[in-house]
Amino acid sequence: MEFLLLLGSPLAGSLVLGAFGARRWAPELNVAISLATFLAACALTARVIGAGNLVVAHEQFFIDPFNVFLVALTAFVGLTTSLFSRPYMRVEMEHGRINSRRLRLYHSMYQLFMTTMLIALTTNNMGLLWVAMEAATLSTVLLVTLYRTPASLEAGWKYFILCGVGIAQALFGTILLYFAAEKILGAEGVSALLWTHLDAVKGQLEPAVLSLAFVFLLVGYGTKVGLAPLHNWLPDAHAEGPTPISAVLSGLLLNVAIYAVVRCKVLVEGSLQSSLPSQMLMGFGLLSVVLAAFFLWRQRDIKRLFAYSSIEHMGIITFAFGMGGAVANFAALLHMTVHSLTKSAIFFAVGHAAQKAGSQLIEDIRGLITLSPTIGWGLMMGSLAILGMPPFGVFASEFLILTTAMKEQPWATPILLAALGVAFAAIFGRVQPMVFGETTAKRLPHPPALLPVFTHLAIVLALGIYVPPYLADWYRAAARLIGGE
Amino acid sequence: MAGTPLDLQLLNLCAALLLLLSFAMLAQRRIVTLVNLLAVQGVLLLVATLLLAWRTGQNHLYISAALTLGLKVILLPWLLHRLIRRLQVYWDTEPLLNISGTMLVGLLVVVFAFGLAQPISALASTATRSAIGIAVAVILLSFLTMITRRKATSQVVGFLSMENGLFFGAMSATYGMPMIVEFGVALDVLVAVLVLGIFFFQIREQFDSLDLHHLESLKENRPTSSRQPSEGGH
Repeated sequence: MEFLLLLGSPLAGSLVLGAFGARRWAPELNVAISLATFLAACALTARVIGAGNLVVAHEQFFIDPFNVFLVALTAFVGLTTSLFSRPYMRVEMEHGRINSRRLRLYHSMYQLFMTTMLIALTTNNMGLLWVAMEAATLSTVLLVTLYRTPASLEAGWKYFILCGVGIAQALFGTILLYFAAEKILGAEGVSALLWTHLDAVKGQLEPAVLSLAFVFLLVGYGTKVGLAPLHNWLPDAHAEGPTPISAVLSGLLLNVAIYAVVRCKVLVEGSLQSSLPSQMLMGFGLLSVVLAAFFLWRQRDIKRLFAYSSIEHMGIITFAFGMGGAVANFAALLHMTVHSLTKSAIFFAVGHAAQKAGSQLIEDIRGLITLSPTIGWGLMMGSLAILGMPPFGVFASEFLILTTAMKEQPWATPILLAALGVAFAAIFGRVQPMVFGETTAKRLPHPPALLPVFTHLAIVLALGIYVPPYLADWYRAAARLIGGE
Repeated sequence: MAGTPLDLQLLNLCAALLLLLSFAMLAQRRIVTLVNLLAVQGVLLLVATLLLAWRTGQNHLYISAALTLGLKVILLPWLLHRLIRRLQVYWDTEPLLNISGTMLVGLLVVVFAFGLAQPISALASTATRSAIGIAVAVILLSFLTMITRRKATSQVVGFLSMENGLFFGAMSATYGMPMIVEFGVALDVLVAVLVLGIFFFQIREQFDSLDLHHLESLKENRPTSSRQPSEGGH
């Protein structure tokens, strides 16, 4: 029931907003639908915590501690982003950057995007997972190009082609997975692509085929995670689309893609009995961290800056999942949570700041603290949080990842530390004058929505100081599922 | 090939023609012909699926054949032709690599594809396992088509042809994917083409051309585009 509401409300919302998305009350309706989705996610979470794993619709969907935690996170950030987008999109309308038809498209696609991500997270079928990931790309292509500027069209095209080709590799990987599975599970039933069934027989799957499949799956879903060297689409898509979309792309879609990679890794590792998948994840992760850290120095656009920071953090998470083991998996899950919350909070603050300054260029945004202290402090605190400053949750997860790395993979620790240092200098050096310099900004016609920014940062702060025991248990259960004994 | 049943021979013929067709697409610069070749590719897939369905008696293959007929033989080529007529792009410009060079690279790609497919074919128990190498080759050749083209429409044809290759691969390795997945994939492909149709008009409205070299300006240090219009507000 909760499950039906979880997928049904954004899907129905997408249809309704497709018809009425340009009305005056459409932004409020968008919030209401997101709230319904969030409440359904809460109910579902409570049920899974109370009654254990849930299997629905002829085993096509299943919920376990690993994905229910991501479902809750996705629905929550979806809700806060809809709160943020309410004044943001109205200002964009008044600035003449979009018209009412595009606003309708935006609202409808926003809910469709949420639907596809929730399907991807909850499906048990590896084939449906692929279909939902591709649908998530398709529903956001037209949002990236919402402003119809040459740069946004270029970004949209890059996003479509790179992710399309990437995800085609993942389809080939899925075919190979099915090929290996139907020998064991039989082709007659439809069980051969169901993750729970695959997981039960993973020890018998043909290792040669599965290692080949994993290469394709990792390259395919890795493109969507934004792992270097397949990250080219990510900064463009984040920078050129409307800011609420940057927030959900960075905070949610990347998480969903990592989720897909981890599900595949669990299967392949069980079949191979070797460390090949781990090493590939660690390699791609480390490369992304290092490349992103150095690209940060070249950025002049604030949204591109934080897009590269997302690549860096996705690298850290991938590296942690690559190391495996209970502590590293726990840390990676915590990092997924805090990164998602912090990064979307930063994008909210950046969005309002860019609207005030009339530009996304770092050099044009100055002195936020004098004109609008709350946005200024939001951006400053968000940046400190994402850079891993101690009281915030990102510090806790990065600390866990680094200490585990020292123990398990000592060679990687100096590289990670150096990259984190470089990233710190790059981001802090750019954000500091934005917040404290001389001001040029002007007032906005609609008061900015700052509640989401500070709610997210407060949660991240709380997670850095104290992870409540039930949450820790939940993370541990998820970490165990991913194979950290 | 004495002793091989006729239907299997025909299937192998289809596979060989698919490979040949991929090379033809690689060399073709006229976009209308490229779309026609894509439709022929769809027809070959249809024939192969029907033969395989008849041979193995797997009923779900008939459904997937119907899907192929509706989507890949009729609907997609029709949509693409309509798009070409309305956008009036008939020729691709000189490809990034000249035709003979592309062909040579294509040959190497085929050798590589067969090498890659070797372990899979060895394990496969289907009658069509020899075609897996061809499927991989079609995927990689379509990829090459996408890389060497400048016009957005030709890249999309390459993309769809890659999807055809994947479909053929799934068919020859496992007699097709579960039905629910095939429907999902078909839906995604259809939506992708519709989205691209809208997208092309946006590109054209903005640049008055579908040539992708207009879309190569988003470099790291070129910030002018991200400046928002300053009118409006207070």
